[in-house]
Amino acid sequence: MKLAGLMLLVSGWIIVVAAIALLQTVTAQGGFLVAGMAVELLGLIVVFRAHLIRRRGAER
Amino acid sequence: MTAGVLSETGSAICLLFIFLIPLASAGLALINTGLGRSRSAAHTMLAALCILATAAVAFAAIGFAVEGYAGRAAYAVMLQGKPWNWIASERFFLRGLGFDGGRAALAALFGMMAAGLAAMIPLGSALDRWRLGASVAATAVLAAWTYPLFAHWVWGGGWLAQLGATYHLGSGFIDSGGSGAIQAVGGLTALATTWILGPRRGKYSPQGMPSAIPGHDAVLVLTGCLLAWIGWMGLNSAGAILFTGAAWGEAALVAVNTTLAAGAAGMTAAGITRLRFRKTDASLAANGFVGGLAASSAGCAVLPPAAAILTGIVAGVLVVYSVEWLELHLSVDDPGGANSVHGVGGLWGVLAVAFFARVPGGGEGQWVAQMAGVGTLLGFVFPLTYGVNALLNLVYHQRVAPDGERQGLDLHELGAGAYPDFLTHNEDAWQR
Repeated sequence: MKLAGLMLLVSGWIIVVAAIALLQTVTAQGGFLVAGMAVELLGLIVVFRAHLIRRRGAER
Repeated sequence: MTAGVLSETGSAICLLFIFLIPLASAGLALINTGLGRSRSAAHTMLAALCILATAAVAFAAIGFAVEGYAGRAAYAVMLQGKPWNWIASERFFLRGLGFDGGRAALAALFGMMAAGLAAMIPLGSALDRWRLGASVAATAVLAAWTYPLFAHWVWGGGWLAQLGATYHLGSGFIDSGGSGAIQAVGGLTALATTWILGPRRGKYSPQGMPSAIPGHDAVLVLTGCLLAWIGWMGLNSAGAILFTGAAWGEAALVAVNTTLAAGAAGMTAAGITRLRFRKTDASLAANGFVGGLAASSAGCAVLPPAAAILTGIVAGVLVVYSVEWLELHLSVDDPGGANSVHGVGGLWGVLAVAFFARVPGGGEGQWVAQMAGVGTLLGFVFPLTYGVNALLNLVYHQRVAPDGERQGLDLHELGAGAYPDFLTHNEDAWQR
């Protein structure tokens, strides 16, 4: 789960870079960039959850 | 966005600003020591010294070869016919660098100081359980690779800095004093370190409820804030001259903005704790102050003073609530508040430029450049720093043995305590 979260973070960054490299207008770049950052946010949530689950498992 | 050759006066003044930067590191060292337990105080101060020493050597040996400076040799790939400058191609051990008072030599000195400051940040989140050797090893990796790589993208003529020239996104990514390159890189590394180490023994109950483990010396913490303030004015001024092309006379604006952001953040944090708890919380107010310093760095040369105050107020709010959120809801045990102060504060500082900066030429698309920087920090730097520190943990275990944690790192790793003549806290004795 932690690895999946980290992969999502990297995927979001690739969307950010691709948006700047491939799109022409600031609006389009900004739109895709926000989408990439949403993927990153999802990745961050998954990594946080993975650590919560691991810690609570260790406490039991 | 860097300008041409510095005059002799400009070069000398920039050098003086760089000489102030170690005060920021000294401030963070005192803050970290004060927020930790008394039985690990000497260990924390020694770790801070070792971190600064290791960072200087690692950056000089390898780091500057990765970071470089705008206009000097670098590797670039072509994407859609446009150059993407990824990494510098300087020589190791600063060979080929002329120490003639030029911008590149000053940037190398700045980088040595900045790498130490960035590496000091994870120490705050790893207090009372990070082995001395592990902190040195993690610092070497940060100063030789993680920090210089992102710093090249921002300050070394890399692709983030060039977004203005190649894609007409405002003036490219702006981060004069290092809200992103120093503070957020350090803060995200602190989060990775916190997760790898796990919480301190006794911090969370089996039900997951955190218990308060207060720092042992508020005076050290608040003295550290005062030293950090002076150091930050030097850091931001030198960064603005070297990386944003500010004239040395603009240092007054940089110092005004730095002070306003820190003051507003500190007072906001103090006010929030006063309203919520009926008493002002010294450690949270100090964290808010430093969070304001961290947030001030990116836009110190391009924000109007009123915007610097607003940046500080938001930083103060973010620091107080993120400290609580991370500890209560996300089970992140961060005794020094490094994730909130430097991670959240630094990221906010980068974004504040997008909202408030006065950028030459109107700055259309500046917000895209700043968001790209934040996206890179979260989506590239964080996985990178997490990955390298997790690998390091496999070959060299970072957390101290349970006995060492119970005994205190001073006795366990150094053989003597910081305060041998007196017992500073009853709870300390009970927890031994």
